[in-house]
Amino acid sequence: MRITQGTFSFLPDLTDTEVSAQIDYALAQGWAIGVEYTDDPHPRNCYWEMWGNPMFDLRDAAGAMTEVHACRKAHPHTYIRVNAFDATRGFETTRLSFIVNRPATEPGFLLKRHEVGGRQIQYTIESYAAQAPEGRRYE
Amino acid sequence: MGSTPNRYKSGVMPYAQMGYWDPDYDPKETDVIAVFRISPQDGVDPIEAAAAVAGESSTATWTVVWTDRLTACDAYRAKAFRVVPVPGAPGQYFSYIAYDIDLFEEGSIANLTASIIGNVFGFKPLKALRLEDMRIPVAYLKTFQGPPTGIVVERERLDKFGRPLLGATTKPKLGLSSKNYGRVVYEALKGGLDFVKDDENINSQPFMHWRDRFLYCMEAVNKASAATGEVKGHYLNVTAATMEDMYERADFAKQLGSCIVMIDLVIGYTAIQSMAKWARRNDMILHLHRAGHGTYTRQKAHGVSFRVIAKWMRMAGVDHIHAGTVVGKLEGDPNVIKGIYSICRDSFTKQNLEHGVFFDQDWAGLRKLMPVASGGIHAGQMHQLITYLGEDVVLQFGGGTIGHPDGIQAGATANRVALEVMIKARNEGRDIWNEGPQILAEAAKWCSPLRAALDTWKDVTFNYQSTDTADFVPTPTMAEA
Repeated sequence: MRITQGTFSFLPDLTDTEVSAQIDYALAQGWAIGVEYTDDPHPRNCYWEMWGNPMFDLRDAAGAMTEVHACRKAHPHTYIRVNAFDATRGFETTRLSFIVNRPATEPGFLLKRHEVGGRQIQYTIESYAAQAPEGRRYE
Repeated sequence: MGSTPNRYKSGVMPYAQMGYWDPDYDPKETDVIAVFRISPQDGVDPIEAAAAVAGESSTATWTVVWTDRLTACDAYRAKAFRVVPVPGAPGQYFSYIAYDIDLFEEGSIANLTASIIGNVFGFKPLKALRLEDMRIPVAYLKTFQGPPTGIVVERERLDKFGRPLLGATTKPKLGLSSKNYGRVVYEALKGGLDFVKDDENINSQPFMHWRDRFLYCMEAVNKASAATGEVKGHYLNVTAATMEDMYERADFAKQLGSCIVMIDLVIGYTAIQSMAKWARRNDMILHLHRAGHGTYTRQKAHGVSFRVIAKWMRMAGVDHIHAGTVVGKLEGDPNVIKGIYSICRDSFTKQNLEHGVFFDQDWAGLRKLMPVASGGIHAGQMHQLITYLGEDVVLQFGGGTIGHPDGIQAGATANRVALEVMIKARNEGRDIWNEGPQILAEAAKWCSPLRAALDTWKDVTFNYQSTDTADFVPTPTMAEA
């Protein structure tokens, strides 16, 4: 399967030129770029590991691309995303978030059904990959 | 004039002379201000008509009453302070009326509206009356909860940023069994939509009772979430005959793990506010379908403009509101829709007469309301939708998903690809308004569901003149397509 989190997951994987163009756009809006990675892509895992702090003072996409490359090199078999943070009053949140690296194979998720009374089912989603210990999930 | 003994002589007196017209009045920061479009009966002076509206929407009755003198009655009288002809509409006038904040109960849309759109709309000296806009003072706004979730928190909960959200309404609206209904939900969500939605009139009918629908829909939602790794949702409509029934349904939705429930505008302002508080208490996104609004918002001479309804709903506290598409099958002049969207989404809405926005409105930290565009829209219009409506909007393609020739999943995928490719192009600096069709055609080369969608609906447009247009443009505008 292909995890479709992020703004552009239904498109073919973005090339570095395309990633760089999106970063240019975000910087032009005054947003700060952050790079994050994880080997636990559960839909409700909102805290991916931060590849350093968001780059608040960076104004050049090339600088952000250096961090993307460094993160890919250090964590080639994980999901990596680029986030853009907007500190404007009334937003103060992520404005753009897209995946720039994914593992070669994505085993997906198990939907566990716990049957309770009255035909109700309690659902739990489990990542097949996350059943292995952290760091050995996409080897 | 208000304090002289003659003012209180028994009998009938013009409203303007009773203290409801004051051209020198300078509205206070804390006043509620309303602007009405008034159409006086032939021979009725517009200023007297405006004063009558002020009177009938505040303290007046048809005759002088001595009991006014037991009160600080000047303070309680609404004051018409400005009457101007409507451009290009003979016999119609915009009348600005100020109301002291103490005329209204805190945090109550029911109380606000009982005055402002109460008896006055049936008043005989007027042929017609329309509430065009209101300025709500910050002091009064702060007594309202507002949207339980708001755009920012909704996006964080859903983990979806940088693009409009995608939805669809399950079709056919009526007749599907719960199990078949859930099938549509699963296919659409797995194919790429973020949300599927019950329609406004899906409650608990003989062909599908609500508990059964909720159970199947949550199976569909969770299965699609596991299949995609995304947070997914289905707006479970909890609209019912009584508050007790609605609470029961909403509690069941929560128990099943739904992230969103929906209500219809026809349940009424008080029920909406009750559900808003329930949603805030229960971490639930609250979707509002504006069923019924067209009966009083569409005609320009009489009723309440939808921008006012949108304002009231942001105060009452819903997270989603259907607010027009510009290009689809339902009423929506581009300028008027822009005005409504700014009321939903701005932190501070600037006066913009061309968009029908009569006042600056400071929203005082009230959360933002996500507009929903639905009704006769399809993937081929993506560049127009994004240009008109921006990013913080739910685009709902019901027929445009379910009617896809290759099935519901393909329909959903076509919409999602069209959306992502257009946002990507826009961010890259391309002129999507002009290059949109070409951008879609390029994507259709590698995405066969998009190709089939474009082939099927390429010529579908709904180019009818809008009835509800702004008055400060020379001619009514038509949606370009």
